[in-house]
Amino acid sequence: MQQLATDLQASVEDAAAHLYVWALKDIPQDLRDALVDAQARETSVSGRRVLDTIVRNVDVADDAHNLVCQDTGIAVYHARVGEHFPLHPARIYEALRDGTARATLEHPLRSNAVHTITRENTGPNIGYRLPIVHWEFVADWDGLDVKCVPKGSGSENMSFLKMCVPADGVRGIKQFVLESVVDAGGKPCPPGIVGVGIGGSADYAMHLAKEAIMRPIGTRNPDPLVAQLEDELFALLNETGIGPMGLGGDVTVLQCHVEHADTHMTLNPVAVNYQCWAARRASAHISVDGTIDYDREA
Amino acid sequence: MAVHELTFPITDEQDILKLRAGDEVVVQGHIVGIRDRTQIRIFDEGVEPPMDLRGAFLLHTAPNVRKLGPGRYEKVCIGTTTSARMVRFTEPLGARYGVRAICGKGGFPDEAIEPMRAHGMAYLAIVGGAAALETTQIEEIEEVAWEELMPECLWKFRVKDFGPLTVGIDAHGNSLYHDVQARAHAKLEELYARL
Ligand code: SF4
Repeated sequence: MQQLATDLQASVEDAAAHLYVWALKDIPQDLRDALVDAQARETSVSGRRVLDTIVRNVDVADDAHNLVCQDTGIAVYHARVGEHFPLHPARIYEALRDGTARATLEHPLRSNAVHTITRENTGPNIGYRLPIVHWEFVADWDGLDVKCVPKGSGSENMSFLKMCVPADGVRGIKQFVLESVVDAGGKPCPPGIVGVGIGGSADYAMHLAKEAIMRPIGTRNPDPLVAQLEDELFALLNETGIGPMGLGGDVTVLQCHVEHADTHMTLNPVAVNYQCWAARRASAHISVDGTIDYDREA
Repeated sequence: MAVHELTFPITDEQDILKLRAGDEVVVQGHIVGIRDRTQIRIFDEGVEPPMDLRGAFLLHTAPNVRKLGPGRYEKVCIGTTTSARMVRFTEPLGARYGVRAICGKGGFPDEAIEPMRAHGMAYLAIVGGAAALETTQIEEIEEVAWEELMPECLWKFRVKDFGPLTVGIDAHGNSLYHDVQARAHAKLEELYARL
C-alpha cells in the first residue's frame, strides 16, 4: 500500500509537470477551431488583422516549440478524485505542487508567484496556497483526472462580482455580464471565453465562474435553462462591438460558459471570470496502477 | 486604411504625424523594452535612464530570457503586457525624453490622448498573447540596463518586421479605444432595452 502510494504520487507529479508545459505550448483543438471560426466571421480590418496574427502565432508556437503566450500564469488545476483512488488528496496536492515547480525549473518557465504583500518571489510558480486546485470527488470510481489551466493575469484582472438582488432577476445577471465585458475592453486579450458563475454565495459564484472557463469551448451546461442563458449571452456579447483586442469588430467573445449553484432566496450573485484567447488547458487521466493517459481535449 | 513601415528611432516627426488611428504599422530597427518598475524608477525615483529615448519606440514587456554572460541575454519568449497600468507616464515620456511611440496591448484610456497630441506620439497596439510570433521578430537583445530590476529592466532589442501593429491612438487626438467604448455604451442601452 505504501509503495503503491509513493509510485502514484510520482505519477501525479509527472503528469502535473507535463501538463503545465504542454498546456502552455499546444492549445486544444476546440480552441484552434474556435479561433479559425472567429477569423471567418470577423469583417473589420483591424479585427481580421488581430485574428490572422493569433492563428499565425499558434502555428509559430507549434513550429518553434515555444510558448503560445509569454505569461505562464498561475497554475490552476481541476482534480476529479475517485472514491477508491488510493492516494489521499493531501498527497495529490503535494504532487501537483511539486510537478508545477519541477516544470518551471526544468523548462525553464517564467515564475510569477510572489508574496501578496512584499511582492517578493515565493518560488518556481509555487507558494503559500499556490498552485490553486479545484476539487471534485466522485463516488464508486478508482481513477483521478487532472486538468491544468494556466491562468494569465491580463484576463484574471478582468474579474467582476455583483451581488444582484432577487428583484434584478436574470435581466440583472445579463446586464452585469454585458457591462463587465464592455468595461474590460481590450485588456483581457479578447476574443476569449467569458466564464459566468451564478448563485451559491459570493465566493462560490466566482469559483463557479472559474470552472466555467475550464470547459471545452462551446460545451453547454446540462441544465437547459442555463444552457439557454449561455446561448443568449454569447449572442449579446458579440453585439457589443468591442472586437478582437478591443480595437472594434464583430467577434468580442469566442464563447460564454455559465455554471450555477442553488442559492438563498434573498441572494442573486453573479461573477464574471474572463479567459483570454490563449485559453490554455491540458488534461490527464491517472489509473490506480499509475498509468497516465494524456488528453488534450478534455 | 494605410500600411506603414517605420524604422526606429525616428528622426523625422512626419513618420508619426502621418499615422491615423486604424492604420497598420510594421517596425524595423531598434526598440526599447520597458515596464512598470522601469518607469517608476525614472519618474517616481528620479533616476535618469542610461539609454537615449529620443525618437524611441517603447514596448511594454518583461521578457523571458536566458543569461549568457555579464550583461548578455538570449531571448526565450518575449511578449507584451497590458498598457493601461502605465498610462500616467505618457506625458513625461513625450515631454522630457522625446519618446514617439508606445506599444502594448489592451490600449490606453483617454488620458493618453492629449499628451500624445501635444508631443507628437502614437500608441501602437500589438496582438496581446502572440508571443511566439513576437519572439521570432526580435532578432537580438543588444543591450540591457538596470539588471537588478529583472525582468523589468530597460532593454534594447533589434527587430525585423515587428508587427503587424494597429495605430490605436494617433497624434491628432483620435483614439480607437475611445470610439469603441462610446459605441459600445450606446449599444448597451439598446441591448438592455431588449432584455
Ligand atoms: S491575457 Fe492571456 S493572452 Fe493576453 S497576455 Fe495574458 S495570458 Fe497572454
